[in-house]
Amino acid sequence: MTATPDLECKDLTKNFKDFKAVDQVSFDVPQGSFFSILGPSGCGKTTLLRMIAGFQFPTSGDLLIKGKSMIGVGPNKRPVSMVFQHLALFPMMNIGENIGFGLRQRGVNKSEITTRVKRVLERVGLPGIEGRRVDQLSGGQKQRVAIARCMVLEPDVLLLDEPLGALDLKLREHMKIELKSLQAEFNTTFVYITHDQSEALVMSDNIAVMNKGRFDQIGTAKDLYFEPANAFVAGFVGDANRFEGKVTSVDGEIVAIVTDGGVALHGRATQQRPEVGGQAQIYVRPEAIQLSLTKPDATGGRNASERTVDSVLFNGANSLAILRDATSGETMNVALPQTGAFLGLNKSDTVYAQWDPAQARCFPAGE
Amino acid sequence: MIPTVPQSNALKWSYRAYVTLFFVYLALPLSVVCLLAFNNSVFPSLPWEGFTMAWFFGTEAPFVGVFHERSIIRAIGTSAFVAMWVSALSVAVGTCNAFLFVRHDFRGKGFLYILMLLPLIIPGVILGISILVFASSVANTLEDATGLWFDGLRPGLILVILGQFSFITTFATLVISARLQKFDPSLEEAALNLGASKWGAIRQITLPFLMPAIVGAGVVAVLMSFENFNTTLMLVGSDSPLTIEMFDKLKQGSTPVLNAVSLLLIIVSALLGLMSLMFQKSKE
Amino acid sequence: MRNGTPPKPVVFRRVNSMVSDKSKLGFYLLLSPLILWLVTLIILPHIGLFAVSMSEKVGVREYETGFGNYAVFFNEPLYWRTFARTAFMSILTTALTLVLGFPIAYYIAKLTRGRTKTTLFLMCLIPFWVSELVRTYGWMILLRETGVLSNFLLYIGAIDSPIEFLYNDAAILVGLVYTSILFMIVPLVTTLDSLDDSLIEAGYDLGGTGTSILREIVIPHAMPGIVSGCIVVFMLSLGNYLTPILLGGKDSLWFTGLIYTQFITRFNWELGSAFGFLLLGLSSAVVFIGLKLSRQSLSNTMGR
Repeated sequence: MTATPDLECKDLTKNFKDFKAVDQVSFDVPQGSFFSILGPSGCGKTTLLRMIAGFQFPTSGDLLIKGKSMIGVGPNKRPVSMVFQHLALFPMMNIGENIGFGLRQRGVNKSEITTRVKRVLERVGLPGIEGRRVDQLSGGQKQRVAIARCMVLEPDVLLLDEPLGALDLKLREHMKIELKSLQAEFNTTFVYITHDQSEALVMSDNIAVMNKGRFDQIGTAKDLYFEPANAFVAGFVGDANRFEGKVTSVDGEIVAIVTDGGVALHGRATQQRPEVGGQAQIYVRPEAIQLSLTKPDATGGRNASERTVDSVLFNGANSLAILRDATSGETMNVALPQTGAFLGLNKSDTVYAQWDPAQARCFPAGE
Repeated sequence: MIPTVPQSNALKWSYRAYVTLFFVYLALPLSVVCLLAFNNSVFPSLPWEGFTMAWFFGTEAPFVGVFHERSIIRAIGTSAFVAMWVSALSVAVGTCNAFLFVRHDFRGKGFLYILMLLPLIIPGVILGISILVFASSVANTLEDATGLWFDGLRPGLILVILGQFSFITTFATLVISARLQKFDPSLEEAALNLGASKWGAIRQITLPFLMPAIVGAGVVAVLMSFENFNTTLMLVGSDSPLTIEMFDKLKQGSTPVLNAVSLLLIIVSALLGLMSLMFQKSKE
Repeated sequence: MRNGTPPKPVVFRRVNSMVSDKSKLGFYLLLSPLILWLVTLIILPHIGLFAVSMSEKVGVREYETGFGNYAVFFNEPLYWRTFARTAFMSILTTALTLVLGFPIAYYIAKLTRGRTKTTLFLMCLIPFWVSELVRTYGWMILLRETGVLSNFLLYIGAIDSPIEFLYNDAAILVGLVYTSILFMIVPLVTTLDSLDDSLIEAGYDLGGTGTSILREIVIPHAMPGIVSGCIVVFMLSLGNYLTPILLGGKDSLWFTGLIYTQFITRFNWELGSAFGFLLLGLSSAVVFIGLKLSRQSLSNTMGR
């Protein structure tokens, strides 16, 4: 017997006139966890979030918060609060009035509102700014005020609609960490949607990858990164080199393919086994590929090839080399460790690349 | 109260009912005017006596149609004459003003700008009588001094044109200024850089850019001039523009001829209005 | 009666690069039509109007300067009561247009999209491109004793004999509201359009109800539009002549009617000018107060 999850969706579906925005999505979010929904724009994640908030009505399926169905419950009656994409702080009110808005609606008395607003502002690290106007705050302060405005109502679930999208890069990096620690501080269930994989990977306890209205995979950041369930997840989460070709043999878990350019490659299959003769794709992370300046011995065998450096993209710890296969002309990106050996790597140099087939994922193509 | 927030059906439907009712209120007087223009009766009223076009084309009393009613035809001519002049003058001055306010910095600019806006907040009747009083006193002075007659300064078409021009120019200035502000001066600089003269650059680059606003302002000016009543009433002499002529006829007792004129006016105004909107649109 | 939407303030940017000594001549060429227009058609006429209002006729072509004409106004109850009545009715008109127009503006701005929105907005605009005379004529045909409404009621048997709906204050109000409601709706639609839907959603999300959101979010946001709409509607009603005269009849007791009588019928320009100045004074005072108010509300939202 497990505790009732804070949020539970059962076969939630939303049809618009000509397409399915959300297609039979089921998941549950346990109390106090940080749950992210990650997907490209147009995948239906905003529709899903707005259904949870009560601004869209599901075509079918059920939605429960703390075990109670929310079908037919108005957005102002649900125990969820939402941090809007552009925050939606009320410009006609000062910070104190903004945060006190929800309490006023509940008829909380004035002195109580004042204390609770003061307390929540302290908790988000902005004590004493009640009297300021919205436009006097910095981007990061506005974020925290928007969260405080929701948290003061002690909601069961806090929904966040890509709130970091409008911030500049530095601040966004900083706010990722801050959001995570705010979530720990309040110990409230967060449901966060984003198209930015690094936001999802850094902050979440669990991530759902959403594509075309469906959840492709739900798991921890590590699951998604190392054990992607399908080609979309493998391509969307993290960087990967993608090769496509015809399956020549399946040996246990290891699948061999030959690309159109004639290069033989190997990768490990997941649950979906490609068939010999069919098309398949192999995904390899740039950091899974090992480089060497000398030809590796023949036993390393699989996936070893001689390559020419096409260009070097220096980006500190994230530096990459683009390597070209001499015969097929195919390129791949390889992480370039900025340690001794490869510092002097130049265009047109010859290097040897190889990877362990167990580190590459193979999926049948065309799903 | 927005589509994404659920509302009770009763509320939604009563809101829609109110909006519908409001548009009925808006449409009612105009539709009645239009419908009764085709009633075969000498009174613009129910009951419906049958369909007729006599109020447009009729030649025999009492069914003298618009197109054979001398006074109306003459009034339309007068109105058109006035409107052309007002439109041309106000657009010309408005264009100059736009260049002055957008392109030049000078002392007293803010003050002049406020002065320029004043005609908007002066009631039309007051605008009329002030010009009437001033023109008459100038005429009196001149006539006393020279012994000549200055009929142009007495109530008549010239004063009507000046009176309408005095406030329509403000609208023209605002419309054209708004467009000129969106103009990227570097386009003109590029033309100068390519060897055009200053005037040549304005004529070939800036004015074509302004054209939608200039035409739009001209159309609006015609519309406003045609339908102006308050200012015109105080300045009119023996030649009456259409609104004044209709007002006089209305006071004597109306016949469906007035409905017929009104119907034509409604059609022309709607067309002119849509035209000015189209020009506004093509600005984007 | 003036058409068009209330003017938007033009924000100047500095354009020094375009002004050189060579264009001095051009500058004066541009300046002269403006000056000519403002001086001869606006400034001097109003100075003249004031001068005439300050002159009292003491004999044939003999005048004295003084406040006599204004004294006449304050000593004759008919005059100042008409003035007060005009002001009161205009306030009533303004309040009515606000109450009636706000839901319409909200509907157009917030509850419709795309085509429907343009269509509804156009349907609001079209009646106002038509001459006020035609609109008023429409109401006369509808409301008079032999009119459409009376005939219709007779026909369905609601009344036994024709009723005169014209020539009373209600008729004047109906006409005035009709004639000026666009000038309320347009600025309201503009400001409400600029209200982000997510603010309203946030209000609901935080537990707000329709009324509390209207009071705390929608109306404060729409305040500039409300103020500017009210200023324009009040001004237009105050200065209206056609609607009160035609719908209110001989006893409409509208102040512009008095001005017309003094100028055209009585040929007493001195008293008429004084009346004109009083009307101008009231109208300007309202605009001034309205602007002050809106600036205050501006500082409420921006400068607190």
